[in-house]
Amino acid sequence: MSDSTTTDEKVLQLVVNRGEAGDERGQDVTYEIPRVKGMVVLDAVLYAQGHQDQDLAVRWNCKAGKCGSCAAEINGYPRLLCKTRVEDLPADKPVRVQPMQTFTRIKDLVTDVSWNYEMNKQIPPFTPREDKEWRWQQRDVERAQEMRKCIECFLCQDVCHVIRYQRSNKPKFAGPRFFVRTAGLDYHPMDALDRAEFLKKEAGIEMCNVTRCCTDVCPEHIQITDNAIIPAKERIVDQFHDPVKKAVKGT
Amino acid sequence: MQDLQTRNQTFVAHVGEGAAGRTARTDDWWVEPTLVAVGLVIFIIYSTWAALVGNNYASGPYISPFYSPLIKIPGLEWISPAIFVLWVPLGFRGSCYYYRKAYYRAFFWSPPACAVSERPKEYQGERAGVLRWLPIVHRWFLYLSIIVLAILWYDAIRAFDFDGHFGIGLGTIVLLVNAAMLTFFTFGCHALRSLVGGNQKCFSCGMGGDIRYNSWKIVSVLTRQHPMWAWLSLYMVAIADLYVRLLAAGVLQDPRIF
Ligand code: SF4
Ligand code: SF4
Ligand code: FES
Repeated sequence: MSDSTTTDEKVLQLVVNRGEAGDERGQDVTYEIPRVKGMVVLDAVLYAQGHQDQDLAVRWNCKAGKCGSCAAEINGYPRLLCKTRVEDLPADKPVRVQPMQTFTRIKDLVTDVSWNYEMNKQIPPFTPREDKEWRWQQRDVERAQEMRKCIECFLCQDVCHVIRYQRSNKPKFAGPRFFVRTAGLDYHPMDALDRAEFLKKEAGIEMCNVTRCCTDVCPEHIQITDNAIIPAKERIVDQFHDPVKKAVKGT
Repeated sequence: MQDLQTRNQTFVAHVGEGAAGRTARTDDWWVEPTLVAVGLVIFIIYSTWAALVGNNYASGPYISPFYSPLIKIPGLEWISPAIFVLWVPLGFRGSCYYYRKAYYRAFFWSPPACAVSERPKEYQGERAGVLRWLPIVHRWFLYLSIIVLAILWYDAIRAFDFDGHFGIGLGTIVLLVNAAMLTFFTFGCHALRSLVGGNQKCFSCGMGGDIRYNSWKIVSVLTRQHPMWAWLSLYMVAIADLYVRLLAAGVLQDPRIF
């Protein structure tokens, strides 16, 4: 361990923001890691854990960008540790890793994301249609398939400013991940429900101001804002707000 | 839920620590919001001036898009005719989903960039005050904009008519490109995309599924490019106005291509 920030082609300065549960600010600890061509930031963290600080806590599973466990913030930007190559980061600065800031810390880089699972339970589940034959074409499921690429890394939840800087919004705002999941259900051709009312009333989708950071950070490149949130906002306008549509429908 | 509430309240809001513009990001995150702010301010200054001067808006077969259709109301000649037109594109762009992103980030810093803090306040998002009307009025401005767009195409076609003779000048090209860019911008509108195919659970299950699916596909391509067309068409309108203005003022001569 050292706190020098000099650069060396062979040595990577890895700064990890560490702390125990309840210590949200944490403390930066610097590790010197041998650079290996093609290494990802998770490799560096695991090297520090294996060789220098055995109690450094980090969550990971697949190391293939598919389980969503290793979500954190690298140089302040929400990313997957296992999908971020060290050589894609500026070589003249140390690489600094901190836990996702929108969730409480359990230890070091591991955060408590259980709020997400509570939110998930509130979504009206898939409800099969009884009145149709179960046949459909590829074009009918394309939109739902995009939503189902989600790996539940919760990076989009982490970056969303609605809850990141206003924690008290959490109980009334489901967050982009669950706008994606709800869209996946709503777009299913054999689903009988329309979740616009849920999105408006329980999920607080109108608090989103379409500034698109969720889309920017999504490692699965789901077009969260364009394909999940905006179509939902348009449906809410159709059903609840547009006086012209309402008059036409006679409601 | 109770349990969730208490957990969230006991969380120390240390991110941003109560101020705007705080971040652990080490890259130049401020470049994008600054460029957007500068780009919008330059356009706003130019267009306000061009709309208020009320002269030099037509030359030969050309008319400035700021002044088309030319509306002159008897008794109100002292008001620049542009005022009767420009509220449509202003309302359309001001309520557009892309421009909302652009100005929420660049002017309101809500947030200034991703993972960069905003001023702590009771955040309501697009539920608050006049913002809740933006998605509602956007579709009405879309319908009006399609009418204005048709007029701009008419102007572009009239720009081939040099006193009864077919011709092509640089101004013809300018007005054509302007109309084309505005078309790509307008037809990528999210409200239009939802109108043509958004409310459909299953394209193959109902009547007209093919038409709806295909038009939804086309609009979706333009929607993906919406930010790009938003900027190109914004500046192209200003360039078209400036070009006609310089011709009318006698500063430039229109080169004839044909
Ligand atoms: S677009 Fe909406 S949901 Fe996504 S990060 Fe921004 S405010 Fe949150
Ligand atoms: S939508 Fe994208 S960013 Fe959000 S949880 Fe799923 S994969 Fe992660
Ligand atoms: S969303 Fe940009 S014009 Fe409608």
